[in-house]
Amino acid sequence: MRCLSMFILLIAIAAASLGVTQAQPQEAFASTYTALDSPPIVLRNATILTGTGVRMDNADIAFRNGRITEIGVDLEMSDDVQEIDAEGGWITPGIIDIHSHLGVYPSPGTVSHADGNEITSPATPGVWAEHAVWPQDPGFEAARAGGVTSMLVLPGSANLFGGRGVALKNVPATTYQSMKFPDAPHGLKMACGENPKRVYGSKSIAPMTRMGNLAGYRAQWIKAQAYKDKWDQYHASEEEDAEPPQRDLAMDTLAGVLNGDILIHMHCYRADEMATILDLAKEFNYQVTAFHHAVEAYKIADLLAENGVCAAMWADWWGFKMEAYDGIQENIALVDRPDNGCAIVHSDSAEGIQRLNQEAAKAMARGNRTGMDITPADAIGWITAHPAKAMGIAAQTGSLETGKMADVVLWSGNPFSVYALAEQVFVDGALVYHHTDLEHQARSDFMLGQQPTAGE
Amino acid sequence: MRYIILISLLLTLAIEQSFAQTTLIRGAQVHTAMQPEPLVDTDVLLRNGRIAEIGQNLQAPDDAQIILAAGRALTPGLFAGITGLGLEEVSLEENTVDYGLSLEHETGMMRPEFDVTLAYNPLSTVIDINRAEGLTWTLLGANVSQNGGLIAGQGAAVSLGGSFNAIMEGSRSLFVNVGADASGFSGSSRAAQYMLIEQAIREAKSTPRSLQYEHRVLTLTGRDILSRYLNDGRWIIDVDRAADILQVIRLANKHDLQVIIQGGSEAWRVAAQLAETGIPVLLNTLDNLPGSFDQLGARLDNAAILAAAGVRIAFTGGGTHNARKIRQIAGNAVAHGLDWYTALRGITRNPAIILGLAENTGAIRAGMRGDLVLWSGDPLEVTSFAEAVWIAGQPVDMQTRQQQLLERYLPENPDTPRHYIK
Repeated sequence: MRCLSMFILLIAIAAASLGVTQAQPQEAFASTYTALDSPPIVLRNATILTGTGVRMDNADIAFRNGRITEIGVDLEMSDDVQEIDAEGGWITPGIIDIHSHLGVYPSPGTVSHADGNEITSPATPGVWAEHAVWPQDPGFEAARAGGVTSMLVLPGSANLFGGRGVALKNVPATTYQSMKFPDAPHGLKMACGENPKRVYGSKSIAPMTRMGNLAGYRAQWIKAQAYKDKWDQYHASEEEDAEPPQRDLAMDTLAGVLNGDILIHMHCYRADEMATILDLAKEFNYQVTAFHHAVEAYKIADLLAENGVCAAMWADWWGFKMEAYDGIQENIALVDRPDNGCAIVHSDSAEGIQRLNQEAAKAMARGNRTGMDITPADAIGWITAHPAKAMGIAAQTGSLETGKMADVVLWSGNPFSVYALAEQVFVDGALVYHHTDLEHQARSDFMLGQQPTAGE
Repeated sequence: MRYIILISLLLTLAIEQSFAQTTLIRGAQVHTAMQPEPLVDTDVLLRNGRIAEIGQNLQAPDDAQIILAAGRALTPGLFAGITGLGLEEVSLEENTVDYGLSLEHETGMMRPEFDVTLAYNPLSTVIDINRAEGLTWTLLGANVSQNGGLIAGQGAAVSLGGSFNAIMEGSRSLFVNVGADASGFSGSSRAAQYMLIEQAIREAKSTPRSLQYEHRVLTLTGRDILSRYLNDGRWIIDVDRAADILQVIRLANKHDLQVIIQGGSEAWRVAAQLAETGIPVLLNTLDNLPGSFDQLGARLDNAAILAAAGVRIAFTGGGTHNARKIRQIAGNAVAHGLDWYTALRGITRNPAIILGLAENTGAIRAGMRGDLVLWSGDPLEVTSFAEAVWIAGQPVDMQTRQQQLLERYLPENPDTPRHYIK
């Protein structure tokens, strides 16, 4: 144990000396996730969508020690490997939802559990969603039954700066730390448009307008630059007794963005506002990783692609507010179209997260209706590889490639169908859900002793 | 001036009736919603706004437009569920939303006389968008809103064909809310909900003079309206908890009310009692999470369990703007144990029966209104879409705001600024 803490300390010192982090020690609230034990497994004779645009028919996938070891046809396996006949099934990477509020707005939606948005100030970058995640949210197991193996849990959108989001592995757990995706960067939730100006403007507090939104962002980034400069000077100082600057949780987060350690996930609907935000990012020299909801992203698909910004979208939500009035069902396909386009299908919903495959299917079909030629092999990337990239975890998961985490879903059929169900879900090579085997259907503490919701 | 309006109104009606187009749909796979097996390679003739004939190799009338279905699925026009179509443009823009009543000075009052159909706007683009997806009719619902009452008001089914005379006669319904969501209207206890509903019924049954006490819950008009629903008309009661559903059944039996359960997350638990009393359930398959303590028993196979027990089910739950999601709701019921035919009936014939419209709507049968949809594939599949839609025998214009936005932004590098593409 002492050995372990010493190790963490050494990492922290090493990180600090490399200037990777400013003030925020890397080990705070560290992940304690460990993969469940599992024998080596091979799934045989399925249609495999790798998440990299490739489809393989009658193919096998093998994993061992939590990692994908081989994908191909008629793989030769040693005797210790558990064989699973997947004939007729389809295999995809584990589904990833880049926009979830599971755990922070859990079921049941009681007043006491509404922990997703610190609506006390338009700028609360110092709060972390993970500090509010209730691991017993039954929504996690429902999402698992839908093939979701990882997600980004974000704070809500009332604030210009809502706080940090956390990447989780969707495994049953008693603490959020034991779900926390190892080595995943934090995200910072920001919000454009109607929500901040409505929430604060209605109290006669800035922002009341979109002008106020922009002034609010800029004021914070100016402070963050000054904060970052102070820390940079401290780290660069050769004086042995230099005093470290006073830490500020809000500024830690913003400086983390300016350093490139924390990824921006920005709730933004309108095309013109997204373009304004891209200019804001240029002014303060940071990168927007993804616009979320992005109902009008199709109007500026080229601009997003040129700037290397992803858009995380719904398949068909629209009209619930003015900035969602121009929603069209081809949004995802149009954002995907340019070279370097990065389309993501997200849920923002405890219901939608259970069926992201169906949401992607709707978006694919609408694209093809316009004459595009989008195959399941392409579209699966919208809910696997693309969100993995925008969450900064693509080196580890999001596609079926040798050496990556064995986050894998076996579907009863083509997942781009309303009738397909996730039959078996693996996280790091371990079976975490089985459609017909109640022993592999975890239940949260909350659901113990409640009414049966399956079987009987 | 009045004269001119009258003339133009007559002209409009005349156009709708006598210039009705005749259409022959050839070679479809016809899902009549009257029998489990589809009719293959079958023709359907639409004339004078109705389904005139169904059969193989029908004679094409001279004036008929011929549609070659090439074996694709043809279904009745779909039910959109309980929605605010035509009552709501943008949900968060309060003055574009008309389905809920909120009179702040009247806390505690119930207003059964509140009738949302008076606010129906058939020209709403939200209707166009959902109509082009195969939805041809909906039940306009009165919703609970802040300071509303347990009895939220009245709605009715409307045809989504764009007519100003859209109400489907005989479908008037009273919307009532019971359970945790309504506890704010009942002194924070759901027990008081039954108390207050009983009081309202008592007031409706009494003569005005006999009720000169202070804390009445109905206006004089409200009494008249509620007394009508005691004799005739449907009570659509939004309720989830099994124990509450049993209380609603008790209330229905006691006052001989025609009740329809809406929501019904735990209805599966009391399926036998619902079947016995013939009370149908309008439900959303996708409400499978314990979203509240009234829904701890929510499950994905609710529809399948209810149907197996003999309860008539229909689907709702896509909301207003995304009412088109109803096909996905029905499809997921199939993925979780319901047979395909009952799922299709859940968005066609069953809601028509439940709302007293089955003579004219919800199935493909000669003599019924010509509400039809031709699909690119399986109508319950998320990758299928409506290729052609007819309402009252007329082809629906598939051009919508969303289609126009698509056409504006679909061309890559257009020659003209996009604003000239329209």
